[in-house]
Amino acid sequence: MTMPLLIDVALSLLRARGRQTLVAATGVTFSVTMFIALLSFMSGLNQMLDGLVLYRTPHVRLYNELKPASRQPIDRYTRHRRQHNFIRSIKPRRELPRIRNSAAVMAAIRRDPRVRGVAPKVQTQVFYNVGTLTLNGTISGIEVEQEAALFAFADYVVAGHYQGLRTVPNSIVLGKGAADLMLVGVGDVVQLTTSRGEQVQLKVVGLFQSGLLDIDKVQSYTSLATAQKLLGESNTYVTDLQVKLHDLAQAPAVAREYRRLYEVQALDIQTANAEFETGTFIRTLISYAVGITLLTVAGFGIYNILNMMIYEKMDTIAILKAVGFSGRDVRRVFLLVAAAIGVFGGVVGLLCGLSLSAVIGQLPFEATSLPAVHTYPIDYNPAFYLIGGVFSLATSLLAGYFPARKASRIDPVIIIRGK
Amino acid sequence: MSTPILEARNITKYFADPVRVQVLRDISFGLGRGEFASIVGKSGCGKSTLLYILSTMDTDYEGTLLLDGAVMGGKTEAELARVRNEQIGFVFQFHYLLNEFSVLRNVMLPGQKLGRLSPQELEHRAYEKLRLLGIADEARKMPYQLSGGQKQRVAIARALINDPLIIMGDEPTGNLDKKNSGVVFDIFQELAQAHQQALLIVTHDPAFAAKTHRIIEMEDGRIMREASRPNS
Repeated sequence: MTMPLLIDVALSLLRARGRQTLVAATGVTFSVTMFIALLSFMSGLNQMLDGLVLYRTPHVRLYNELKPASRQPIDRYTRHRRQHNFIRSIKPRRELPRIRNSAAVMAAIRRDPRVRGVAPKVQTQVFYNVGTLTLNGTISGIEVEQEAALFAFADYVVAGHYQGLRTVPNSIVLGKGAADLMLVGVGDVVQLTTSRGEQVQLKVVGLFQSGLLDIDKVQSYTSLATAQKLLGESNTYVTDLQVKLHDLAQAPAVAREYRRLYEVQALDIQTANAEFETGTFIRTLISYAVGITLLTVAGFGIYNILNMMIYEKMDTIAILKAVGFSGRDVRRVFLLVAAAIGVFGGVVGLLCGLSLSAVIGQLPFEATSLPAVHTYPIDYNPAFYLIGGVFSLATSLLAGYFPARKASRIDPVIIIRGK
Repeated sequence: MSTPILEARNITKYFADPVRVQVLRDISFGLGRGEFASIVGKSGCGKSTLLYILSTMDTDYEGTLLLDGAVMGGKTEAELARVRNEQIGFVFQFHYLLNEFSVLRNVMLPGQKLGRLSPQELEHRAYEKLRLLGIADEARKMPYQLSGGQKQRVAIARALINDPLIIMGDEPTGNLDKKNSGVVFDIFQELAQAHQQALLIVTHDPAFAAKTHRIIEMEDGRIMREASRPNS
């Protein structure tokens, strides 16, 4: 019943000190605006940088590492005898790091409901021949359609067209860095030396740029069949299976399961890119720290204006108490004043933050490494607005609490007798 | 006289700052319904201090205070606020109107706090009180648009809004000229006679005091003399 009255009194106090109140509210508005803009921008940037690596990285990569067999033939032969064999200098057999029975494994993985898709790959070392010079390189044989669908391969082909890998026999998509070194462009022919020592000529149908210079200097792509041919292997030869899941978080569990099931090495994205998560976390942490600092400063502004208001309105407080308002009522009045400043400043701040991030989102941003990005990335995450809103209200109330408590403790007798 | 509206028993008070000084010594008296009493005395004799204790705003005292038969000692701050709101009307030397509210809202304020009447009823009643004090025409004005005498009358109307059992005044005519002072006295007189409300007024003005039913004279924290005059 007394609440509407208290709100009335609070509003009259706000009106009486309109300009200062506005300044305090502007402080909140400014800090919430910056909080929203900063976090939206930072988070957008984070997502973009993550995308730079994570979109193109398989969630689980299956491959085989060459190593000596853990059970040597002599162990099998002497299994039931009471003897132990010591063998030194075991060497692995010379073979290629293939995934055995790859077609069946791939079919099985495709049936897994957690899996969005799987793309086979053949990786091998090559040398690019430039006149008498040879450059180190890596060539990946890929299934073009799968690679484009799962790893946004098309986004990184900056010249020519990736479909050429499928339509043109003996074709290659060359890394931009490597192409620059060799002074070749789309339509030219490059000569490679395979790991078996054969010389092969491939036609350049596209140039590829990942944004990571070290990769662009060595990495090239060709079709799966061409790569198998380079190695002189059959069409079942696959070195990697790249699995993309529906849910990234399941990657470690899936990797563990496949390792056991298919007897291969399985590397999940979290293990492979541990430092990436750390970077993202630190950036987010810094954004929050700055945002919260801003809000805290705004809180001091509210604290100040309320303190001033209390000194100026001592008479009012005293008379309210004399006519029957309790200390609790007075405290509520000042908390309402603080909350009003916080809510008003906060709501305006959220709107300004939205506008500011929209403006930032329109600014041109061209990076050679990010062919798909043309403006600054913004993450319009409702969570930021929720946090900003809640935090501005909480800061205001906290900043208002101490002055309000002081007001509630004012002794009316001292004020009234002082006159 | 039936049970007194206000009864003080052995009220004693010390000021501790800067040295412990006794300001009230063993004050005992009662005030009945319809009684119009004034407290007089030199500056510093403790009359205002006594009034603030009686009004429940000052709780730091020894002795017993009864309002309408209920002991005030030991009540919480919120309960005392409620008592002030409901049973005591207070008029100060300075009017203490809230400048942000209109005259009408100022008068209504304690009633809104009490929350017993609907806003319409309360407004009606506030008009009634303002009419009683002859300033109903000023209801829509803001306090700073009124003269000193008018402001004091608004303050009295505010004190009356909840029909308190007792009206206390701390030199309510102290800032007023003779004419306005007379107007205020007449209003008090009528409240005591027609509405049977008790009045306890601290005053410096001997002429004002002389016209009241009962004069309580204080000196050095004690009641020195009490003089009653038959109701006339």
